[in-house]
Amino acid sequence: MTREILIDPITRLEGHGRIHIFVRDDGEVDRAYLQIPELRGFEAFARGRRAEEMPQITSRICGVCPMAHHMAGTKALDDLYRVEPPPAAKKVREMVYDAFMIEDHALHFFFLGGPDFVVGPTAPKAERNILGVLGKVGLEVGGKVIAVRKELRGLIEEAAGKVIHPVFGLPGGISKPLTPELRDRFAEGAAHALELAQLALRLFREVVLANPSYVELITSEAYTHRTYYMGLVDERERLSFYDGHLRVVDPEGRPFLSYDVHDYLEHVAEHVEPWSYIKFCYLKDVGWHGFTDGAESGVYAVAPLARLNASEALSTPLAQEAAEELFATLGGKPVHHTLATHWARLVELLHAAERMGELAADPEIASPEVRTLPTETPTEGIGVVEAPRGTLIHHYVTDERGIIERANLIVATQNNAARIALSVDKAARALVHGADVDEGLLNQVEMAFRAYDPCFGCATHALPGQMPLIVEVRDLRGELIREVRRD
Amino acid sequence: MSKPKVAFYWCASCGGCEEAVVDLAEQVLDVVGAVDIVFWPVALDFKVADVEALADGEIAASFINGAVRTSEQREIVELLRRKSKAVVAFGACAWLGGIPGLANLRTREEILAEVYRDLPSVADGAMPREEVEVPEGRLHLPRFDEDVRTLDQVIPVDYYLPGCPPPVALIAQAVTALVEGRLPEPGTVLAPDVALCSECPRRATKPEDLKLERFVRPQEIVADPETCLLAQGLLCLGPATRAGCGAPCVAANMPCTGCMGPTGRVRDQGAKALSAIASLIAPSDPEGVAKVAEQILDPVGTFYRYSLPASLLHRRVGTDGGRPAEPSEPVAAAGGGEPR
Repeated sequence: MTREILIDPITRLEGHGRIHIFVRDDGEVDRAYLQIPELRGFEAFARGRRAEEMPQITSRICGVCPMAHHMAGTKALDDLYRVEPPPAAKKVREMVYDAFMIEDHALHFFFLGGPDFVVGPTAPKAERNILGVLGKVGLEVGGKVIAVRKELRGLIEEAAGKVIHPVFGLPGGISKPLTPELRDRFAEGAAHALELAQLALRLFREVVLANPSYVELITSEAYTHRTYYMGLVDERERLSFYDGHLRVVDPEGRPFLSYDVHDYLEHVAEHVEPWSYIKFCYLKDVGWHGFTDGAESGVYAVAPLARLNASEALSTPLAQEAAEELFATLGGKPVHHTLATHWARLVELLHAAERMGELAADPEIASPEVRTLPTETPTEGIGVVEAPRGTLIHHYVTDERGIIERANLIVATQNNAARIALSVDKAARALVHGADVDEGLLNQVEMAFRAYDPCFGCATHALPGQMPLIVEVRDLRGELIREVRRD
Repeated sequence: MSKPKVAFYWCASCGGCEEAVVDLAEQVLDVVGAVDIVFWPVALDFKVADVEALADGEIAASFINGAVRTSEQREIVELLRRKSKAVVAFGACAWLGGIPGLANLRTREEILAEVYRDLPSVADGAMPREEVEVPEGRLHLPRFDEDVRTLDQVIPVDYYLPGCPPPVALIAQAVTALVEGRLPEPGTVLAPDVALCSECPRRATKPEDLKLERFVRPQEIVADPETCLLAQGLLCLGPATRAGCGAPCVAANMPCTGCMGPTGRVRDQGAKALSAIASLIAPSDPEGVAKVAEQILDPVGTFYRYSLPASLLHRRVGTDGGRPAEPSEPVAAAGGGEPR
């Protein structure tokens, strides 16, 4: 008799993501589906709004990464009005964006994903959270994490108006210049962030890399997919968060595509499945061939590990060294092990801290010249950034008054959606055998998607790295055979 | 003595209110230390069953953010209502509907068609459905409801914390007041009941008898960083918006967009904002008024940015003679997509 297993991460609290596993008569997994049961329809109600409001309206897609939407929207407005912001405006935007990237990556490593490794995937569940991390690394480190996050969020608030839902982005610049005094405090913040990033990487080496069983887990087949990788790079093919062109490498790591974001519709398309509200992006050049990996499948990945795979190098010295160590340890480029994303995230944390420091030291950044007034009639604009969770594209079409007629948003986690679905399916196949379903399974299936730091409707950000889970095993008549709870 | 029990819950929201609570926790540890959090799905592992096991009224206060759009959300907020002495609508979405409430300008079918069929990047596939046959069996999705509703359109609410998200200082004050049992009058909005202009750093530069010949958009001028933004012709909603945020947007040289909601005497924030702005129009002849008013593009999206579901309009008026639509049937009745 076919069995069904429903992993509802939020225990009927709210549908932000659930896993439905079908098990065959022989006890092996037939297929596991990751469903996203949420939709808010931003593209539909963007129509009719004033274009200049889009950076503030779309930031409400995500209160965890509002700066990513605010910035993609602001860059789309530059493009819409064909206006080039003064150099200082671009530098302030990028520096503030780096500060955001740091506090967001730090949140994920210490609060969300890190507990699996720092405390351990099989540690008692009550310890597998931020408090367990603090117990393991000590209050001094924990205090530093909180202090740096607080400092950076305060700086972002001063520069951007609000940290949760910023307001400073305008077509052609930013709403106010950076004062020299604030610039100096950004420089201090960057120094503190650099210390934190180095500390986090040291911690990763000592706790994770020094433990052969963790390394084995990271490189295990259950958490591995050979796919394409996409990321934003600068003119020298180096990783970039704020600006550049898109670069795609194939599963062998060879350059496959290089394109300007204005051509994204030629290369990226969305596949719709009737059983989920999330749309699945794929490379048009390869085509949609279902939920499968390899060079024949258009499935690709974005976010920290994908960005390291898709770029040639990092522009800052310490991060470049850290990236080289990652690739040397894990068998060279590209790395296909999903769990290595946690490590890649720390490499990026270091890069963002170094870059933030470079920009804070730039003599031009505190210039009062931060606005270019638009003169062109708006028609169409596209903006792209790398959000912490991957490539984010905003595309607006307006009438001659700048009223939105169509908005199209390719959101970070959407790019990853097919690969995340693959990861969950593969982990379930590798771990579920017979009726033997236990709490360890739940966490290990969770680990398959937690590494992506997925932002399903901005909602699966469970702070202690653990969500309440229930697995119910039912027969086809819906009779409950077995229930596993993680309370 | 045991600490007062507190719960946090999120409905249809962006997670920003949750981040604001984390900011509170990182900034004001003593406030968090003074309460016993019994339910916080985003952060702690307590479940619905744990809440069900509590006595009615055992939770001192439940802070609920986000608007309501599914049957699941409705079940949880009803449960929290029973178990809580006080329910606080936390943030603009729970109080007024918020920015996701602008979805009420489109029908459910229009939204689904736009997102899954008409957008230029959509290539292939089938529209999401509540029940789907896949080769291995059957899958379900919750129903995407007809409209977005505010929390008090679903359950009785005692207090409201305004803002998108609520300012940390106001959250700290509210939690402290509830912990100490200093409960204000039910229905109170937990923020100063005056317009934002009263705490605006630029208030001294706002003319007594401001009259405008034209309105400008933020990208059209380099706004003076000291002068009242409204006096510069920008659509700043400060006069029609509640104080308590400290005017951070104005500090960033950007106009207020109204996320703190209306003051106590105002039933409909959008109508109030519209009349406040209209009263500034300098010409008095109909033609002159029309000419200035024309410069205000997208009045619904501007004046009802955060409050459409709570407003007298609630959602877009149909073609049936312009009568405002009633809120739809309870979402529980419209649901049914919940897997068993």
